[in-house]
Amino acid sequence: MKTMEDQRTSFEFDKESLALVEKIIARYPPGKQKSALLPLLHMAQAEAGGWLSRETMDYVASLLKLQPVEVYEVATFYTMFNLQPVGNCVIEVCRTGPCWLNGAEEIIAHLEHRLQIKAGETTPDGKFTLKTVECLAACGNAPVMQAGIKYYENLDVEKIDAFLDDCSSKDATTRQNPYK
Amino acid sequence: MGIRILTAQMHIEGIQQLDVYRRHGGYEAFRKVLNAMSPPAVLEEVKLSTLRGRGGAGFPTGMKWSFLAKNTGKPAYLICNADESEPGTFKDRYLMEKNPHLLLEGMMISAFALEAATAYIYIRGELFYVHQILERAIGEAYAAGLLGKNILGSGFSLDIHCHPGGGAYICGEETALIESLEGKRGNPRIKPPFPAVSGLWDCPTVVNNVETLAAVPWIIQNGGKAYAAIGVWKSTGTKLMSACGHIRKPGVYEVEMGLPVEEFIYSDEYCGGIRNGNQLKAVVAGGSSVPILPAALILKTAKGEARLITYESLSEGGFESGTMLGSGGFIVMDHTTCIVKNLWNFTRFYHHESCGQCSPCREGTGWMEKVLHRIETGHGKMEDIDLLSDVAKNIEGNTICPLGDAAAWPVRSTIRHFRQEFEDHVNQKRCPFSK
Repeated sequence: MKTMEDQRTSFEFDKESLALVEKIIARYPPGKQKSALLPLLHMAQAEAGGWLSRETMDYVASLLKLQPVEVYEVATFYTMFNLQPVGNCVIEVCRTGPCWLNGAEEIIAHLEHRLQIKAGETTPDGKFTLKTVECLAACGNAPVMQAGIKYYENLDVEKIDAFLDDCSSKDATTRQNPYK
Repeated sequence: MGIRILTAQMHIEGIQQLDVYRRHGGYEAFRKVLNAMSPPAVLEEVKLSTLRGRGGAGFPTGMKWSFLAKNTGKPAYLICNADESEPGTFKDRYLMEKNPHLLLEGMMISAFALEAATAYIYIRGELFYVHQILERAIGEAYAAGLLGKNILGSGFSLDIHCHPGGGAYICGEETALIESLEGKRGNPRIKPPFPAVSGLWDCPTVVNNVETLAAVPWIIQNGGKAYAAIGVWKSTGTKLMSACGHIRKPGVYEVEMGLPVEEFIYSDEYCGGIRNGNQLKAVVAGGSSVPILPAALILKTAKGEARLITYESLSEGGFESGTMLGSGGFIVMDHTTCIVKNLWNFTRFYHHESCGQCSPCREGTGWMEKVLHRIETGHGKMEDIDLLSDVAKNIEGNTICPLGDAAAWPVRSTIRHFRQEFEDHVNQKRCPFSK
């Protein structure tokens, strides 16, 4: 297992994203740019390979004139941020009450079988990461999963197979800057 | 079919677009406010409506607004709580996705009443596609001069911004939400001071749920009294119920307060009855946090009266035999459901979502999850059942925010109403429902 130190990646936003950063910071009063932290972490994660390395977090800290620890303590609190590398396609399956009542366990088992990994793991080819998550607020269409910003609802085995087929091309990814 | 206040326009093709929304009467209430009303007059209408907060707590909205500190020399903020995360609840997502301008219009009117020049929509990060829908609608509103400086020449200025969460149930609690909006961990604050006095960046702040704010345009157009005339006693107006679980027609339904629960479950207009001809076993009526009730007690109170969808009727009998309306997240379970496993699932959720600030919640939710797992997998002892109750009692009321209570209530109510099922697990050393 590589440590976080080994996985340092250098990352910077491009011009277009930096303009977006300025626009987001302007939503908060002068001096309150720390509020832009969650939006910027979402953007950075999407553009820096789907996860937040320490270097990426340090970069975000520099953009917002924060101490790095202010970014680490936030990134480690919220479950949407990946602090380890993930696959190109990240699948997040809801496991909470109403989805469980409607067969979430079978959905997770099918995904584990198809991908030959357990929830929380990444396929050896780096293509897929399978995560279980808590309630996605789509209980009326349970079972539900999310990939990138897209919701997949009323899931069954056929829908999952179709989704995995869609992801079969070499450059398929669920990463997307949600502000673009 | 009852009156539709929040969902009346949902069927209209293209209602997400400003011109279509306007063609169907959209922004007329806001125009009325700008042309003919003062902030206190708007507040008065909302007070008259007796609208109560739809996020779960049911606190009177007009009263909440009236607590906002005035003349502090600091700006006031309005925050829309769109961090919908309570298991079983998916009404706000539906409302924002289908009719974003209704929420924006409600926020414009509410901000006018509060004399707030900036408002934020804090929306859970998982719902970024809804965030995009809202941003598009906000862009349209700016282009039409409904947001920005000196709106329609009225002298009133307002900016509305979306702000995404990062995946944390606790940020639905208003002070945790404010911390999160300030770019910090979502740790709830000790109250007082309440947000109305010291909220976002220590400024006077009102936090209202999506559904609450979306009811405001109708109240302005039709009057607070007209709104208060709908419903029963202190439960006025309509409520969005998000129904899920083992029913034939899961979905979001707008009901007039006072609808009998039995009609809601069995009528084809609503849930359409239990799936596959199965029997109703239990209902969690207001999101995972409220006490679970067995079939008999959700349909009728202990006194034998029909249970209604109102704050008062659902809580009739207290926690002994009643529950709460909560968020309106209505989870229905049929007779094939293992109630112990359901509770283990919920408890794991609360353990996962505890922010870790208060020891009773941080430690207690973990212990309850472990003990429930033990019982569910056939390794439990009889004394574990009382141990669970004991841990739950020690969490309840001993935490900064209501997450502790929310974790304790399902445990205590499930044991209260379904103790036999726990004992069956212990006696049979297995889950009686596992295949």
